[in-house]
Amino acid sequence: MSARASLPTTVKVLAAIAIAVVALPLVALVARAPWSDISRLGEPGPRTALLVSIEVSLAAAAVAFVFGVPVALVLARTSFRGHSVVRSLALLPLVLPPVVAGVGLLAAFGRRGLAGRGFAAIGIRLPFTTGGAILASAFVATPLLILTVEAGVRALDRRKEEAAETLGASKWYVLRRVTLPALAPSIVAGLVVAWARALGEFGATITFAGNFRGRTQTLPLAVFEAMQTDQGAAILMSLMLVALSLVALIALRGRFLAR
Amino acid sequence: MTLRANLRCAAGDFVVEAAIEADVGRPIALVGPNGAGKTTLVRALAGLAAIERGTVSLDGTTLDDPTTHVPARERSVGVVFQDRALFDRMTALENVAFGLRARGVRTNDARQRARELLHSMDVEHRAHAKPSQLSGGEAQRVAIARALAHEPKLLLLDEPLASLDVRARSDVRALLGKVLAGFGGVAIVVTHDPVDALTLADRVVVLERGRITQAGSVDEIRSAPHSLYAAELVGINLFTGRLEPIGDGAAELHVDGGTIIVSCPPDITASVDGVTALLRPADVVLYREQPSAASARNILAGTIRSIADDGQRARIRIDTSPPLVADVTPASVTRLALREGVIVWASFKAVEVRPQLPD
Repeated sequence: MSARASLPTTVKVLAAIAIAVVALPLVALVARAPWSDISRLGEPGPRTALLVSIEVSLAAAAVAFVFGVPVALVLARTSFRGHSVVRSLALLPLVLPPVVAGVGLLAAFGRRGLAGRGFAAIGIRLPFTTGGAILASAFVATPLLILTVEAGVRALDRRKEEAAETLGASKWYVLRRVTLPALAPSIVAGLVVAWARALGEFGATITFAGNFRGRTQTLPLAVFEAMQTDQGAAILMSLMLVALSLVALIALRGRFLAR
Repeated sequence: MTLRANLRCAAGDFVVEAAIEADVGRPIALVGPNGAGKTTLVRALAGLAAIERGTVSLDGTTLDDPTTHVPARERSVGVVFQDRALFDRMTALENVAFGLRARGVRTNDARQRARELLHSMDVEHRAHAKPSQLSGGEAQRVAIARALAHEPKLLLLDEPLASLDVRARSDVRALLGKVLAGFGGVAIVVTHDPVDALTLADRVVVLERGRITQAGSVDEIRSAPHSLYAAELVGINLFTGRLEPIGDGAAELHVDGGTIIVSCPPDITASVDGVTALLRPADVVLYREQPSAASARNILAGTIRSIADDGQRARIRIDTSPPLVADVTPASVTRLALREGVIVWASFKAVEVRPQLPD
């Protein structure tokens, strides 16, 4: 904080503009919201979208955890030919346009897709189902968890794990009792970031899972639909998303905010 | 029970080649300057790093050979790591119980055993503290207890006292002495502190630049140290240089930083390179004024760099050319008002410097 005084004015002005641009839409949402209609959020449409959103985003975060933590461990702890290619692949969804991710998922898991045919044969259908919405959200959200946890793994003190090894602990026991507990802060941060990303997912979801009320219509899709007919409802639902996002920020408080 | 290791191992570009044999009840001190490869060797013995060549066996069981590598988790080994490496999310008790829990001992039995160990280490009252709440000495006791809990056949202690302050160091050293005396396996203590080496171990193995330069009892090393490091360790002045006979049974020894007069072996008539000569610190006499008529042929002036007093004798380092170590009585220190920074004259007789010719 001692650097406060030494910053050029231009830098401070640019920073102030950036913050204002972030704050203004929030203020506008609150100002333009039809507050007298707030009870309409309890109607089946918005309520269902909220429930679908919560279900899909939490499930996507869980999927990100189950697969993202192993990927982070492998990326941080192993070296092999093609390591950088694998790492690029794992993080690709970060830079891929979500709609492209959706098209790709259709090509892979659609009814006539590469893997989709096999899934269909054993009775698993992903496109245009809640499971598909979860897959689409997890697809775009997992790299965020991978990045966070990978940095955590690299910062670990390996000697703790070596100490556990000399004490006779199996690989699983070391992972369970030493590595994962030490990673807990990174994993929590990664989960929150991945969950927030899944909550806002739009492009991949609508492309791969469609926009079916009660099954795949999450809040962002409902907001988009309402914008065509009922701006007031769209704004109210947007504020609901803002409230949920704030939960994520508060959960991360002390990790990113309190620095 | 014996540990036999004859191996080559590497950490990056750095290669260690060493042969070590250690028996139960006879702790070994592995000493050497920083970067000599002590930790690399310990990691190899612990099974944390694979060896490149050679064999390691413990109690008749092969741990490493060209076709075998028993990983650390399957060795009966306890390691006290340089910075302790305690599990910081567990209590002291859980740390000590870890090795038993990992081997499938039931929680209550493991905790009971851990409690007994903490008791024998005088830290039972800290059983429920996290490592971050422990003092250095307490944490070190916990680390030692943790390494002993599963009753390993091989105990490796990597600089177990280096991170402690002076007071804690002598306490833990005394405790460690007791532990090692009662330990039923093979113990190796890594240290760069001569006091640790001389008080904790029966035998000393000197490792320098990845090679063992000497191994033996302290007395053996004191009577014939192979390197400057070993000489320093056991407190002997060691000079290496070119020997130049000057007649009358004397010779000049030209070393880095100066020339001293030494006794000349009778069969030497021409100059010889690479001669090592020893001078016991007790044979160096100190004066506050330049002595005028001394029989000693070596009189060197220098400033006192350090004085280490252990109650029986004071070891004084002087920056003469070449530098000298002198042992005097604490009474002499008082009488001559010796202290750091004081200029003294050190003298010793040529006959007391014994040259050893290269093989």
